[in-house]
Amino acid sequence: MIYHELIVVGGGLAGLRAAIEAKRAGVDVAVLSQVYPARSHSGAAQGGINSALANHPDSADDTPEKHTFDTVKGSDYLADQDAVKQMCEDAIPILYQMEHWGCPFSRFDDGRIAQRPFGGAGYPRTCYGADKTGHYLLHTCTNEAIKAGVPFYTEWFVTDIVSDADGRACGVIAYDMTAGGFEGFQAEAVVIATGGAGRTYSNSTNAIISTGFGASLAYRAGVPLKDMEFIQFHPTGLLTTNILMTEGARGEGGYLINGEGERFMAKYAPKAMELAPRDIASRSIWTEILEGRGIGGKQFVHLDLRHLGREKIMERLPGIRDLSIHFEGVDPIDEPIPIVPSQHYTMGGIDTDMDGRTELPGLFAAGECACVSVHGANRLGGNSLLETLVFGRRSGAAAFEYVSGLAQRGRGAAEVEKALQRMDENLAALTSRSDGEDPYAIRAEMTETMKENFGIYREEQIMQAGLDKLLALNDRVHDIYLRHTGRVFNLDMIRTYELQGMVEVALTTAAGALNRTESRGSHSRTDYLARDDENWLAHTLAYREPYGRPRLDRKPVALGLYEPQERKY
Amino acid sequence: MPEATFRIHRYDPERDGDRRWQEFTVPYESSLTVLEGLFYIQESLDGSLSFRYCCRAAVCGSCAMYINGRYRLACQTNVKNLEDAPIAVEPLPHMPLIKDLVCDMTDFFAKYEYVKPYIMHDSKYPEKETLQSPEDRHKLDNPVDCILCGSCYSSCPSVWGEDNYLGPAALLWAYRFEADTRDEARKTRVSSFDNERGVYRCHTITNCVEACPKELNPTEAVQWLKGAAVRRRIFGRWK
Repeated sequence: MIYHELIVVGGGLAGLRAAIEAKRAGVDVAVLSQVYPARSHSGAAQGGINSALANHPDSADDTPEKHTFDTVKGSDYLADQDAVKQMCEDAIPILYQMEHWGCPFSRFDDGRIAQRPFGGAGYPRTCYGADKTGHYLLHTCTNEAIKAGVPFYTEWFVTDIVSDADGRACGVIAYDMTAGGFEGFQAEAVVIATGGAGRTYSNSTNAIISTGFGASLAYRAGVPLKDMEFIQFHPTGLLTTNILMTEGARGEGGYLINGEGERFMAKYAPKAMELAPRDIASRSIWTEILEGRGIGGKQFVHLDLRHLGREKIMERLPGIRDLSIHFEGVDPIDEPIPIVPSQHYTMGGIDTDMDGRTELPGLFAAGECACVSVHGANRLGGNSLLETLVFGRRSGAAAFEYVSGLAQRGRGAAEVEKALQRMDENLAALTSRSDGEDPYAIRAEMTETMKENFGIYREEQIMQAGLDKLLALNDRVHDIYLRHTGRVFNLDMIRTYELQGMVEVALTTAAGALNRTESRGSHSRTDYLARDDENWLAHTLAYREPYGRPRLDRKPVALGLYEPQERKY
Repeated sequence: MPEATFRIHRYDPERDGDRRWQEFTVPYESSLTVLEGLFYIQESLDGSLSFRYCCRAAVCGSCAMYINGRYRLACQTNVKNLEDAPIAVEPLPHMPLIKDLVCDMTDFFAKYEYVKPYIMHDSKYPEKETLQSPEDRHKLDNPVDCILCGSCYSSCPSVWGEDNYLGPAALLWAYRFEADTRDEARKTRVSSFDNERGVYRCHTITNCVEACPKELNPTEAVQWLKGAAVRRRIFGRWK
């Protein structure tokens, strides 16, 4: 058994920022990650990170209050306003900190951090490094963690969170991929920072490792998942692969064009046009496609950057150009890019407070796997990188306080041992069967069900059919088996194991979506067209029950700063 | 439906430790990346296949492999664009093996961490950002795009011949910080590469330039470091 005071699960931006904070406060902390931290999905973020630095010539009177308002309005008033205010205030020092840690932001001529316009924002406040902002921030935080002396357990796949007899998180079980075999980690506290659940959909922009499995571990440990029905569809995923084409492409002036050659956003958001928030832009594109105005009547439209010119594309959007050329065979300097709305972000997640605390003492969560909630029913572009850093830092600080305040250390060794044994038994059961359900067939059916039945537009009967299908799949999961039983780098084992959590997470999305009889933000129902503040200005909580279908509850939204209004852009 | 034949390097330390080749046939509709082909094989043909993956969008560096005799990212390589059949897929050459297409990156990352790949700063930070002109920022354009995939390191004959040599990726990162106007490392970092493990072991063979899937130029960065290190030795000044 290995001991650290604090275990951080996940080496993306939230996990690294939490670990650095705890380490510098004097905590013995370690990061466990399925991939080398610099390979995490945070690195795929492109367009930028929001902070009201007021560097842009058009944003001289921007403030954290205005950033707060834009975020609350963007969330369709489901975000907790106190949490949003905190995030937007923390945004200023955390941005300067990233710059001081060496993040290679793009610069204005006067040497200050460059900013660009983004969707749903009243001012250009998205700070960027070309179109590779996530990559630059992720390397910056990986490097700062190296500087701080945070140990990495690289290619360790966490399979369980362990609680002690008093109901406190006391460790994790993890698979050592390269050496082979499972190991118990005993700890005083655990931070989960494992990213979103994009891969529960077949049409996701997300990395292949963004399965939602980390959130499922907290869910299994008894912690509720919050607002899981709110799934963001990014307006511009590449047609063939769903690879992200940054909102920055529209921030720099790119057009959305339908099969009739129109800039159709004029019909849906006459003021904001292409820079309407993502839920609105995605619905608009999807409506055009459904009404037969896709390109050539097909299921895609064009993102046209040609009028920006070669120089601007090469300077501001070089990554987008490379991706279009390599993955779609299209050079955006010469041709418009075929795009389709694609699953992009999980607004919901592990229910936490503003400091990452969950209902389980000693268990913290931060980043996309968590739900504070600052994004409510629709996240604004540029706020996810911000969330990882702000709430990663706050979780690390809160974990330090928690660990410092413990009267008794080193508890839970027996429980970790037991959990390790249980893991071995689970694995033995999986390997003892020589046939059964094919986990990859179940995965494919699940991801297709999520895409088709819980997509941009939702409706009672289609969702009910989808939920029934997921429940049936969840039953079939009990009969899955392993084809490969080797110890070293066993992908069959990892992918089979994570499937169990993926189906459970998908069920929380499905049950929440079916239950919420209104349209709000990303959740748009064709049978309940309007937002219903009287009945539904509330968070959904999903608790795990033994038979797959979660028990749903509600939690009030923290209001107080801004009265809910109709969203117009 | 078109088909692609993959000829894959297999190695299982738990069986006999032997290396062998195995062929698989993968059907596809209109487009198939090598990484998608590997997933098809792992899911439908042989569950024991191991390979690294993450972003599938050429930004994380996980799936660098040796495909048809060239360093490539499996996710960025479409079988349509490969001329030779069958498609030969190998792990990064000259690296210790873990299993199948997975090689041991421990030394690679240890060397990366050895060059102190982070900003060092003694003086007080300004209240806001440190100013940096766009021109000075552009000096970093090349190295900050490195995805630590290991292709350059695997391709470098100087690394093959000398285990201790830091190699092109680590030195590219040393350059990235030495060239940054915000860095104040002075002697602290230079001692990590101005030595028998460092820049003088680069013999400008430029394999790294050819191997890099992001089209970066580690060789040039190493020459810059050499010049700077020599100037410091002769004139006692740095930068």
